[in-house]
Amino acid sequence: MSSNVESLYQEIILDHYKHPRGSGALAGASGESHQVNPTCGDEVTVGVDLDESGHVHVGYEGQGCSISQASASVMSELVEGATLADMAKAERAFVELMHSKGNAEPDEEVLGDGVAFVGVAKYPARIKCALLPWMALQDARLKAGIEIDKAEG
Amino acid sequence: MAARLDVPRIRKDFPILARTVRDDRPLVYLDSAATSQKPTAVLDAERAFYETSNAAVHRGAHQLAEEATDAYEDARSAIAGFVGARSEDIVFTKNATEGLNLAAYAFSNGTDKSRQGHSIDPRFVVGPGDSIVVTEMEHHANLIPWQELCAKTGAELRWIGVDDDGRLRREDFGLIDATTKAVSVVHQSNILGTLNPVEEIMAQARSVGAVGIVDACQSIPHMSVDVVDLGADLVAWSGHKMLGPTGIGLLWGRTEILEAMPPFLTGGSMIETVFMESSTFAPPPQKFEAGVPMVAQAVGLGAAVRYLEDVGMASIADHEHELTGYALAQLSQLPGVRIIGPTDNVDRGSAISFVVDGLHPHDVGQVLDDRGVAVRVGHHCAWPTCRRFAVPATTRLSTYLYNDTTDIDAAVEGIVAAQEFFGVA
Repeated sequence: MSSNVESLYQEIILDHYKHPRGSGALAGASGESHQVNPTCGDEVTVGVDLDESGHVHVGYEGQGCSISQASASVMSELVEGATLADMAKAERAFVELMHSKGNAEPDEEVLGDGVAFVGVAKYPARIKCALLPWMALQDARLKAGIEIDKAEG
Repeated sequence: MAARLDVPRIRKDFPILARTVRDDRPLVYLDSAATSQKPTAVLDAERAFYETSNAAVHRGAHQLAEEATDAYEDARSAIAGFVGARSEDIVFTKNATEGLNLAAYAFSNGTDKSRQGHSIDPRFVVGPGDSIVVTEMEHHANLIPWQELCAKTGAELRWIGVDDDGRLRREDFGLIDATTKAVSVVHQSNILGTLNPVEEIMAQARSVGAVGIVDACQSIPHMSVDVVDLGADLVAWSGHKMLGPTGIGLLWGRTEILEAMPPFLTGGSMIETVFMESSTFAPPPQKFEAGVPMVAQAVGLGAAVRYLEDVGMASIADHEHELTGYALAQLSQLPGVRIIGPTDNVDRGSAISFVVDGLHPHDVGQVLDDRGVAVRVGHHCAWPTCRRFAVPATTRLSTYLYNDTTDIDAAVEGIVAAQEFFGVA
């Protein structure tokens, strides 16, 4: 394998793909979104809820390539139990990372294992795969009326 | 047996095949079912047209306009000759998708105009109680236009199913019955590779008075096809899959059908007389060629069919048949690899789809790409066909006259490397 493809498929990504964290639908989700990547047929459904103490809960189910499924696993790890502000930070940082063309130095404090996706941003065809669960999360929380702008304060 | 292809010599005619990709790896191009590469003769023809004769065709009385019109119509003749047709029965479209939409819109436009009291050939008037028949292996381009027609008119969409081997279910041919107004079928599947018995299906369409349409995108580039012999009323295909430029497709129609069909796109060039209240239309093929057409692309495509004729379609078909047999054998012996589509090298083309246990096609394609091997991954615009085989997507390799067994070997080595990398070997 070339160094490029190894940077795309970092060990952390392969590990999340083979051993997904937090997979499964969220019972009693207040918002849910099913997103598909029509060019390749990847799909993911994300459910989200906000508890009374202001913490986010998330669940997901999907099928697709290693990048999309590992991304869902990392998203779940970052968002499950997070405060609204932390979820907002992670969401923004991940989207920004995917638009970095692979030149970013992502903050592990914010993105955790998500930093491993830096190599994905070099492959335009795979960015959509990585963003798919995050797009589903965004849509699900909007349906649930969870607005992250208010969490900035 | 036709003359064997000299692949190394042919490859020299395709400049792009000499380039490298992904850190200086030689390009192994196995995605010709998506689009073919272009020989120098095609590139030169297009450039020469722009350099010497560029003008709008079928209008203007100056010398360049005459030369451009001649070049455009010469290309039409060359293409017509290539498929055994009369020039007047060949319509230039933007692509095959437009050709198939042109066919479907003949029915919806015909139905609308008939409702307004216009005199329309009854074959192009559909409604509740009528049916349209397609197959479960259609490209979206030959499915969605008919879905839309049914949604607009209340006609019923029926489809001939696909069996586990990737062949059409003959027992479903009976779906073509007295209610059927159109039968639109793919000649060779872009995802499964299956070559369908379209002559038989078109004969059945004819026997019930239905208009028969064939999507020949994957057959005409790879084998000798006489469009008249297919027994269809309309045959659509694309230019860019047969060494021609993008932006040009073809629709052949029986003279009588083209005359009876209502037009699709309207405007300049397709008229006979125009008044403020209404207009009359030019005879085919101009009736279906509104606006300034794709002249340089037509010239390029004319050069492409001359190139194919020089090499010889029988030789190309033999070569690809042999290559397909080799690829099927190589893939079949790989553990964990399952071919989606016919596994026997009979009545099938060179597009071979497969899935690898434990690996998503995107990941297989990525590892192949890293090794310089270009294949297609995804649902290949045939999502219902993927569903039929309960796979989200496939990896597809497809060949052409410039491929040989070393390309297949590179793909096979790449599949094994992907299995090892992801630990599923």
